[in-house]
Amino acid sequence: MFITVTLSLLEGFLGTIKLFGLTLIFALPLGLIISFGSMSKIAFIRYPVKFLIWIIRGTPLLLQLLIIYYGPGIVFSNNIWGSGEGGRFIAALVAFVINYACYFSEIYRGGIQSIPIGQYEAGDVLGMTKTQIFFKVILLQVVKRIVPPMSNEIITLVKDTSLARVIAVYEIIWNGQTFIKSAGIIWPLFYTGVFYLIFSGGLTLLFRYIEKKLDFFR
Amino acid sequence: MIVLEVSNIRKNFENTEVLKDISFELAQGEALSIIGSSGSGKTTLLRCLNFLEKPDGGKIKVNGKLLYDGDDHTRFSEEEIRERRLNFGLVFQSFNLFPQYTALENVTMAPLLAAKEGKKGERDSAIIENGKALLDKMGLSDRMDNYPHQLSGGQQQRVAIARALALNPNILCFDEPTSALDPELTGEVLKVIKELSIEKTTMIIVTHEMAFARDVADKVIFMDEGVIVEQGDAREVIENPKEERTRQFLSRYSEG
Repeated sequence: MFITVTLSLLEGFLGTIKLFGLTLIFALPLGLIISFGSMSKIAFIRYPVKFLIWIIRGTPLLLQLLIIYYGPGIVFSNNIWGSGEGGRFIAALVAFVINYACYFSEIYRGGIQSIPIGQYEAGDVLGMTKTQIFFKVILLQVVKRIVPPMSNEIITLVKDTSLARVIAVYEIIWNGQTFIKSAGIIWPLFYTGVFYLIFSGGLTLLFRYIEKKLDFFR
Repeated sequence: MIVLEVSNIRKNFENTEVLKDISFELAQGEALSIIGSSGSGKTTLLRCLNFLEKPDGGKIKVNGKLLYDGDDHTRFSEEEIRERRLNFGLVFQSFNLFPQYTALENVTMAPLLAAKEGKKGERDSAIIENGKALLDKMGLSDRMDNYPHQLSGGQQQRVAIARALALNPNILCFDEPTSALDPELTGEVLKVIKELSIEKTTMIIVTHEMAFARDVADKVIFMDEGVIVEQGDAREVIENPKEERTRQFLSRYSEG
């Protein structure tokens, strides 16, 4: 039984990691774009972006998942996500990407705005271009400052993926729960916690390593 | 030979006139000190020369070439501004070294980037050799591979001076270069600036060190409330000021 459960949970955990990984791949760059929008000098860009961030950060991710999955069906009376498992996964991914990109954008914004203006001015008077200043001078300093809040957010994402089961996206908790009905046992559900712990433990080590690597400057 | 001609520079922030009709000249190899109390506009003037602030009027000429003309309203491209500001170098009060680069990398970074863009025909190895020579001249030959946080304030400021010199500016500007330093560290920075003046580097130094201004600068400008109250030979202005406001300002220093 233990082996059957472990294999089933491992399979579910693959779903968890897929959602986690794809969310990061899209939300990390999208968050940077959103942060530029929220710092834009143009009010027509800045205010709508800030409004979006407020909506996304001000409502539960669970609700966003439901609205993104069911909303288009109600508005256009046709389910744009398709009916199958793949469609539900895409809908969940979109919800996660939007949600996490907004959170990341605020972390980026905090990091970028914390860099002293003198760093830009030093680049300016040395005749560097704006692009050179951002990529050669500013970016690594921002990365160093945002690693701790980012690692927090990313570890939260590992666990948040379990919310996707409200729209029946298969992940580890979903698989653990099926044993309650099929075999009348609840321990597989508790056992899922071990998988989360091991994975977030690995991430913690990774972020500690990155922080160490960036310790050579202040 | 006149290197820098500044005429009738004006600058407002919101409704405050920070610079009112500033005019002066600087000859090749001369060191000019700008003195005055905080808020007199000294720093803003330096920032205007370095295109960190845009004046609201007036003219700036370097080697006879018009760099800024308040009557000309065409907007410069980023590229044009970059090219113009390279006539000047600027050493900041707070050093502003790049923390993730070593002393030598701080010095060579901008010249290497410029060489990559093909602006100057210099070879990378020549740029690095020049950077080492400059740091050596600043007395930092054993500190080239240190990161800024491993250096004292005085050492950081000397790296910043080498970094500004590496681009061979026509005029090197210092914005209160010792104000952020502990008193025991100001000497080492003032010493290298003095050496530069002996080598006839054209310089503008905003400073609160009156003795230094008197001994090192050729000319002094005293500014108050956005105007040049008095300018002339450094020793003359500081020892025998003609204007009452200059006298008042200087007396605060001799008492203090």
